[in-house]
Amino acid sequence: MVHKYDAIIIGAGGTGLMAALYASRGVRVAVLTKMYPTRSHTGTAQGGIGAALGNHEEDRPEWHTFDTIKGSDYLADQDAARIMCYEAVDVVYELEHMGLPFNRTEEGKIAQRPFGGHTNNETRQPVRRACYAADRTGHMILQTLYQQCIKQHVTFFNEFQVLDLIVEDGLARGVVALEITTGELHVFHAKAVLFATGGWGKVWQITSNAHSLTGDGPAVALRRGIPLEDMEFFQFHPTGIYKMGILITEGVRGEGGVLINNEGERFMERYAPTIKDLASRDITSRAIYLEVREGRGIDGKDYVYLDVRPETANKYFDLDGKRNPDGTPRRITAADIRAKLPDIADFTRTYLGIDPVTQPMPVQPTAHYAMGGIPTDIHGRVVMDEENTVLSGFYAAGETACVSVHGANRLGTNSLVDILVFGRRSGIDMMRYCQEADFTPLPDEPEAFAREQVESLRARPEGGERVADIRSQMQRVMMDHVAVFREQPGIQEALDVLSDLQERYQRISIDDKGSQYNTDLLEAWELGALLDIAQVTAAAALNRTESRGAHSREDCPKRDDAEWLKHSLAYRAAGRIELRYKPVTIVDYPPKERVY
Amino acid sequence: MAQGEPMQVKLKIRRFNPETDKKRWWGHYQAEVEPTDRVLDALHYVKWHVDGTLAFRRSCAHGICGSDAMLINGRNQLACKVLIKEVGRKITVEPLLGLPVIKDLVVDMEPFFEQYRAVKPYLVNDDPPPATERRQSIEERERFDDTTKCILCAACTTSCPSFWARSDYLGPAAIVQAHRFIFDSRDQASQERLQILAESNGVWRCRNIYNCTEACPREIQVTQAVAEVKREMMRRRV
Repeated sequence: MVHKYDAIIIGAGGTGLMAALYASRGVRVAVLTKMYPTRSHTGTAQGGIGAALGNHEEDRPEWHTFDTIKGSDYLADQDAARIMCYEAVDVVYELEHMGLPFNRTEEGKIAQRPFGGHTNNETRQPVRRACYAADRTGHMILQTLYQQCIKQHVTFFNEFQVLDLIVEDGLARGVVALEITTGELHVFHAKAVLFATGGWGKVWQITSNAHSLTGDGPAVALRRGIPLEDMEFFQFHPTGIYKMGILITEGVRGEGGVLINNEGERFMERYAPTIKDLASRDITSRAIYLEVREGRGIDGKDYVYLDVRPETANKYFDLDGKRNPDGTPRRITAADIRAKLPDIADFTRTYLGIDPVTQPMPVQPTAHYAMGGIPTDIHGRVVMDEENTVLSGFYAAGETACVSVHGANRLGTNSLVDILVFGRRSGIDMMRYCQEADFTPLPDEPEAFAREQVESLRARPEGGERVADIRSQMQRVMMDHVAVFREQPGIQEALDVLSDLQERYQRISIDDKGSQYNTDLLEAWELGALLDIAQVTAAAALNRTESRGAHSREDCPKRDDAEWLKHSLAYRAAGRIELRYKPVTIVDYPPKERVY
Repeated sequence: MAQGEPMQVKLKIRRFNPETDKKRWWGHYQAEVEPTDRVLDALHYVKWHVDGTLAFRRSCAHGICGSDAMLINGRNQLACKVLIKEVGRKITVEPLLGLPVIKDLVVDMEPFFEQYRAVKPYLVNDDPPPATERRQSIEERERFDDTTKCILCAACTTSCPSFWARSDYLGPAAIVQAHRFIFDSRDQASQERLQILAESNGVWRCRNIYNCTEACPREIQVTQAVAEVKREMMRRRV
C-alpha cells in the first residue's frame, strides 16, 4: 500500500510529537511509531527540563550555554548550544501553556531544582534550573504533547516499524514501514522525512533504556550512505539501580542525596571539590568505577550507595553551608522526599524492597544516552559530510540526531531541552520545505530493500543461531570494553567479537514465520540495527586517541585539542567503517581545562 | 525463595495465533529466573530461549510506558512491575479482558484510546497566554496531582465489570484523564467534559467496585477520582 503525505515523522516521543504539532499547522503530516505514542521513552525522563527562568534565584541563558559547552568537554557546536539554551526558556513556557502540570513555587511560578553541571557562572555553585513535575517530568511532557496532538487531529500510524528510507539522487522521498499487526509493507511517499527514533542503549548490558531503543533510525540511515556523527560518545548515567540499570534521577542529588562508598565516605568531594555530587555525569560515573576498582564498592561489589535519607542530606547541607534564599539552613524532610521523588521511592520499593527515606540505594553506572547520531544543522536538516552538505528532505532531531549540542557529554535535563527545541525547529523547517518543494517520483519497487530484509530473516533454515544469544554477547562485550573506561586492546577485542557476531547474525533463525504481530521477526531485525550501531561506536572509539567527556581512554588519558577538537563522521561501505572528521564550531568559549 | 538464587517457575500462558488457531489454548513453559526478576523477565525467557512465537508488548520494563499490562494470576498488572517472589512458582498469564485479542497477550488498544479521546483529554484555555507561565498555586496544582500519573496502560478499565458488561462504557481510565483537566485551575472546558461524562455511557456506569483502584500500577485512587467527578457533576447540576 502506498500513502502520500507532505511530511512523515518517524517516532512519537517528545521530538516527533513537537515536530508534528508545528509541521501539521501548514502541511499534511503523518507520524509513524513502532509502539503507541505514549509508550515512547521520553516518558521515562524524571528530574526536569533545564531553562534559565530564574524563578528561585538569578539565572541566565548565557550561563546555561556555558555550562552546556563546558559539560560537553568543548565538543558541542557553540552556535547550536546557544540556540538551545536561549530557546529553552520559551519552550518551557510553551509547555506550561499547553497544560503541563509543573510543580509550583510559593508565588505560583514553575518550580526548579539543581542538577548536575548547572551553575551560577559567577559563584560556580549549583543553580536551580531544572523545571520539574515531581520526578515524572518526561511523562508529563509526553502526555502533554500527545494531548495537544489529539486536540490538533494529528494523524498517527501506531505500531508501524520503519525498515528503510527512500532516497535517490540526493533527495529523501519517503520511507518503507512494516505494519506490525498485519505484517504488510507500506510505502509512505513524502516530500520530507524526520527521524525522531531516539537512542540505542540496548547495545549495552546494563542500561536505563527501554527494550525498544535499538537505534533503528541511525541504522537505516547508515545503510543508505548517511554518516553518523560522534558515535564514540555514549553517556553512562552514574546512578542506575544495581544490576537492573533502571534510572535513579540526578534530581535525587539535586534534592541533597550524596554518593557514599563502603567506608562511608562521600567520595565525590575528592573528584569535584566545588560541586561534588552535582558534577557532570561522565565525571561522576568514572568516580564510581574508580572507587569500585580500588575496593571501595559496597561489600566489595561493583556498586556504591546513593543516600538521600534526611539525616544524611541535612548533615551534608550543613557541612557544605547550604542555605535557602532567605538565609535559613537548607533542610529536607521525609515528607519532601516522598512528595518530590514519588516514582523513585516506588521503583526502589518495587525492585529492591528499599525505602529511600530510611535506606540508601545501591547504584552503578548505566548506559543512558547517545550524544552522537545522525548529523544535522540547526534546523534539523541532515548533513552528509565535512562541508555540511544538506540531504534535501531528510531531517533528524532529538537523541537520534547530533546537532551537536551535547558534544562529548550531555548535561542532565538537556535531553528534554534538545527534543523540544530541535523538534520544534525541525517541524517549522519541514513545513517551509514542504510548502516550497514538489513531490518527486518514487523509484521502481521502493519497498524492494525492506522486503529483502524481512524475507531473508523469515526464510532462514531452522536450527540456526538464536537472536537472544547474539544480542547478549554483543551487550556483554560492549559493557566490558566500550563503556565508561576504554583502551585500545579492549576496543579491538570488541570489534573482533562484533565482526564474528555479524557473521553469525547471517545464520540466525527465527521461530515465528508468520505475518501478524511477529515480534520474533522484529527483534531479529532490531538486532541487525544494534550490531551495526555497536560496530560504528567501537570503530569511532578506537580511532579517537584522547579522553574527552564520556569517551575515556585509559591509554590516552588527556584531552588533546590540537589533534582531536573535531567531530567524527562514520560511514559504512561494504561492511567496513570509514571515519572522517569535521571541525567544531567555537564561538564565545575557547576550550579550557574542565574542573568542577 | 532465597534472593539471587536461580529457580524454575512454571508459566501457563494463554495463546492465540490468528493465522493458525481457531481457538485460544494454554501454553505450558518452564523458565529459569531469580526471585527478584520481573514476570516480564520470565516471559522474555520463554520468548528468547523456548518459543519465539510468543507475542506480547513491552518497552521500558520499569512501570512507566504502560505497554505490558496483562492478567497475571488473575489480576491486572504490569509484567515489568511484579516480581517472581510476589507471584510464586506457578504463574498464569492472560491478555487483558474486554479488548479484542490480536495475538497471544497482545490486545487491540484502539477501542481503549477511542474512549480516552472522547473526553477531550487536553487543556482548553482560549485566553491569550501570558509572556511567561500561567500562575497556579501549589494547592491548585495538588488538586489534580494524582490523576496526572496515569500511563494509559488500560489495567483499570479492563478490570472493571461495568466495562466487561457494556464495552461502550468510557471506563475508569478515560474518567481519570477527564478528572486531570476538570480540576486543573487553568482549564476552561470542564463543563463540556462533565456533559460528556454525564451521558449514559459515562460515570454513572461506575458501581464503586474498586477493581480499578486495585489494578492501577501507579497507585492512583481511581475510584475516588470517579467519585469526585460525580460529585462535581451534582454540584454543578450537569
